[in-house]
Formats: sequence, structure tokens, C-alpha cells
Amino acid sequence: MMEKMIFGRYVPAESVMHRMDPRAKLIIIFLFVCIIFLANNWFTYALIGIYTFIMLGMSRVPFKFLFGGLKPILWLVLFTFLLQLFFTKEGALVWSWGPVKIYEEGIRMGLFISLRFFFLILMTSLLTLTTTPIEITDGLETLLNPLKKVKFPVHEMALMMSISLRFIPTLMQETDKIMKAQIARGVEFASGPVKERIKAVIPLLIPLFVSSFKRAEELAVAMEARGYRGGEGRTKYRQLSWRMVDTLQLVALALLTVLLILLRA
Amino acid sequence: MDISLSNVEYRYQAGTPFERLAIQDVTIDIPSGTYLALIGHTGSGKSTVLQHLNALLQPTLGSVKIGDREVKANEKNKNLRAIRQRVGIVFQFPEHQLFEETVEKDIIFGPMNFGVSENAAKERARVALKQVGLGEEILEKSPFDLSGGQMRRIAIAGVLAMNPDVIVLDEPTAGLDPRGRKEIMDMFYNLHKERNLSTILVTHSMEDAARYADQIVIMQQGRVAKRGTPEEIFSAPEDLVQMGLDVPEVVRFQLKLEEKTGLNLGKIYLSIDELTAAVTKRLGGGVRT
Repeated sequence: MMEKMIFGRYVPAESVMHRMDPRAKLIIIFLFVCIIFLANNWFTYALIGIYTFIMLGMSRVPFKFLFGGLKPILWLVLFTFLLQLFFTKEGALVWSWGPVKIYEEGIRMGLFISLRFFFLILMTSLLTLTTTPIEITDGLETLLNPLKKVKFPVHEMALMMSISLRFIPTLMQETDKIMKAQIARGVEFASGPVKERIKAVIPLLIPLFVSSFKRAEELAVAMEARGYRGGEGRTKYRQLSWRMVDTLQLVALALLTVLLILLRA
Repeated sequence: MDISLSNVEYRYQAGTPFERLAIQDVTIDIPSGTYLALIGHTGSGKSTVLQHLNALLQPTLGSVKIGDREVKANEKNKNLRAIRQRVGIVFQFPEHQLFEETVEKDIIFGPMNFGVSENAAKERARVALKQVGLGEEILEKSPFDLSGGQMRRIAIAGVLAMNPDVIVLDEPTAGLDPRGRKEIMDMFYNLHKERNLSTILVTHSMEDAARYADQIVIMQQGRVAKRGTPEEIFSAPEDLVQMGLDVPEVVRFQLKLEEKTGLNLGKIYLSIDELTAAVTKRLGGGVRT
């Protein structure tokens, strides 16, 4: 299942979405999450749907991969749908069976909220699918720069973020290695009674903690040795460049917002 | 205990866009009591082969026979623990697997997982500790207070205390100083000789392979490229060079010597002493003392 997850995974490709400025993408996703709440009838939801699929199409991420990765989320969507379906008590009664009553409004709300959920997940995945972690961090750092005025440690936060992202694969490898070493010493991770399996986590977690702390210390020393002094006066190798596409994308989103306001019920 | 791999193929993350073929068509026989060295470049599939030796990985094609058990592709395999008790693996940087509060608890962890009683396990811990050249005073210490070299020995003792019939070593001396390196390699060699313990050594060092092994398997791009005794392997140094591998220093010296002096010793010598003896004999002298 882990192998099919699309969250946080970057899929390299040549596309308009990949080339966009990460700042533009971050702003668009943030605004999108806000304006999706403007939709409240079929028309507006259709508009949002069209917009989402145009964006997905522009990313050139294979649709099969995208929807394959969404399968684990479908349960959550289904659960939300059922919740709305059974607990909304407005509109005409459509169907009833003993205490279970389904109303027209329930179906409508259930569908709308599931759709909203679905579009939100697609759009936010789009960000990580088309933007490398390092770009996201860079973008976030520049966007949050004004907060430095109120002494918010923007640079440190960005550094923390990029270090943790950088070490996820390393940690995964390490976990795999230690797990195998302990299996070879007779630990059973995948079978046996639950109590035993919980106990089996200790020989895995302790070595992982130890090596993480060691690695943190080594990294800190390596950074100091190379003269790291925080974000002060630091120049960047990767320059972010805001281009025409980025402005166009923002304009498109603005148009969508206006349409949504005009067409909503 | 005999181990044999027949036509083993392994793919990582099979069935996803990230699928990667690691080894294919690997057939290796390891009769009981063999000292086999597995050599090859990084990424040649050595480590993948190694993990098949005690069923940590299940082949995606082919089968692995370990003693009287057979692990086949596409088959549910139950109770692999029995295999793991008989085949001990010392992974690269084994000190990373230490986790207990005291050295003693860490060494007896393996044996106790395999159902050995606590007292018997403690007895084994003492024996194993002696084998790796450490004193008993260390038993009550925390493994994390020890030096890197000592930690390595403790981790090795933890595997030896399982009393395996086969021991698999993945670069057991990486990162150690030359003296520690030799001590540990000699220790494994003595164990192999004394207990007739089958030993499989994965290494980059041609010197170690030449000195200790009686069979060498060379892996290249996920396949077995060559197999033979050290004499056979190193008497065709061109092949090794072509595969981008090193030739032991002694062999390199002998080849240079033969080339410069026109002397032909007729066979390849794998240790300095043997070579010296052969050369002096050829030159018609005795060893000057």
C-alpha cells in the first residue's frame, strides 16, 4: 500500500505545472482551499471540477497513477458521504426503513461535501506531485519573509523543513536495515500475538533513535565546519523566477472566484 | 547445512512504477563447511543475494534451498524462524542493531528469541564474548558507552551466540582499523576451521577473499559472472581488471615480477610467504636468515 501512496511524492515530468514558480503554486493552492467553500450548487461545483481537471491535465501526471493513489482516501470520502446522508434532516423524505430516514437534502449535501473533499485532495496532491520538496521550502521561505519583521524564525523553520524532508528516505532505508537485522536475530514483526508484536518495536525504535541523534550531531558539526551562520546575508543558488504563466494562473483563479460568486446560490 | 540458490531472480517493489531488477538467474551451491567469498561492485547484487540466504527476501523467480527447507517464488512461507536460527547474518555496521541496556542482555536477545533458556543463553554469551576477544567485565556495561570497535564485536557476539550452522558476513570489517580488521577476520576464519562452520563473506577486499576463502563468486550486474577457487579466479587477472575489480597485491607483484624478469613460476601464489619460497627456490637459493 505504501508503494502506491501519492501523498508527498514527487513525480518528475516536463509540464507547465512543474515549471511554475513554487510561490505561485502555494498561493493558488491556499486560495483554492478558501474559495472552494464558495461553491454551493451544481453549477459552481461543476466549475470547480472543470478547473481541477484542467490543472491536473496540465501537470502531465498519469491519471491512472493519480487515481490509483487515491484509493485509500476513498474510504474517508465514503464515510463523510454516509455521515451526511444519514444525519441531514432537511428537504423531502426520499426513503425510510425503520429509524433510518434519508432526505433529499442529505443526498445533496453528501454529494457536495464528498466532491469538495475529492477536489481538495486532488489539488493539494498536485502541489507535491509537481514540486520538489526543496522548491516548496524555498517558496514558503520567501512567502513568509515578511514575518521576519515580527521576529518569526522563517529561515530556521525552512531549514528544519528541508532537513526533515531530506532525511525521510534515509530514515526509511535505516528502518529497513535494522528491521532485517532484528528479524535475522529472531524477531517477528509481521506475525505472532499482538503483545509480542508491540514488544518487537523496541529493538527497532531504539537503534533508530540512536542513529538519528548521531546523524543530527554529525550534520550540525558538518554545517558549522562549513561556516553556517543562519540565514543572515545568505545568497541562493536556486533563484525563484516569477513568470508570465504564474501571473496568468493567478488571473485564472481570480476569474474562477468571480464566476463562483456570481453563480452561487 | 547446505544452501543452494537455483535460478533466483529478485525485483524490488515488483508491480509498481518503481520496480527494479536486482539479481537474475543466480545459481550458487554452498555445501556445508565451505568458506565462500562473494565479491563485486556496489550495486552488483551481492547484498540481495545475501538476504536470500536466510529467507529475509523471497525470490520473485526460482528457489532457495536452505538445509531441508525450500523457499520458492510465489509461495507462502511459514515459520521461517527455524531457518534464521541456523543461518546467522552479521550485517554491515552491525553495531547499529544494538539496543539493550547491557551488553549481556543484547547478546542473549537472539538466542532467547529462538527459545534458549536464560541461563543457557548467558552461558553462550560468555563463550561468544571470549570468541570476539572481549573480557567478561564488559557484560554489565551499556553497549552505548563502548568504543565503535567494541560495539562491533558485541554485535558479532550476539549473532555467534545463536550458534548458527552457517554464518553470513556482510563487510564485517568496514570502518575498522587494520589491526581490528585482521583480528576479526582471523577470528571468523578460526571459527570456520574449528567448528566447520559454513561461512559466506561479502567483501570488497580481494586480499581477504584470496587469504580466507576456498570458493569465490564474482557478481556483476545482478548475475554470477565467475566462480572458482581463489587460484582459478586470480590466475586470470585480465578478466578481473576488465570487470573493474582489483587483483590482490601479491598477485600483482608476481605478475610484474614475471613480466620484468622473464621468470615463469607456473602458478599463482596467494600469500607473500608462498611466493617468496617459490621465487627463492627458482633462483636456486635458500632463505637467508
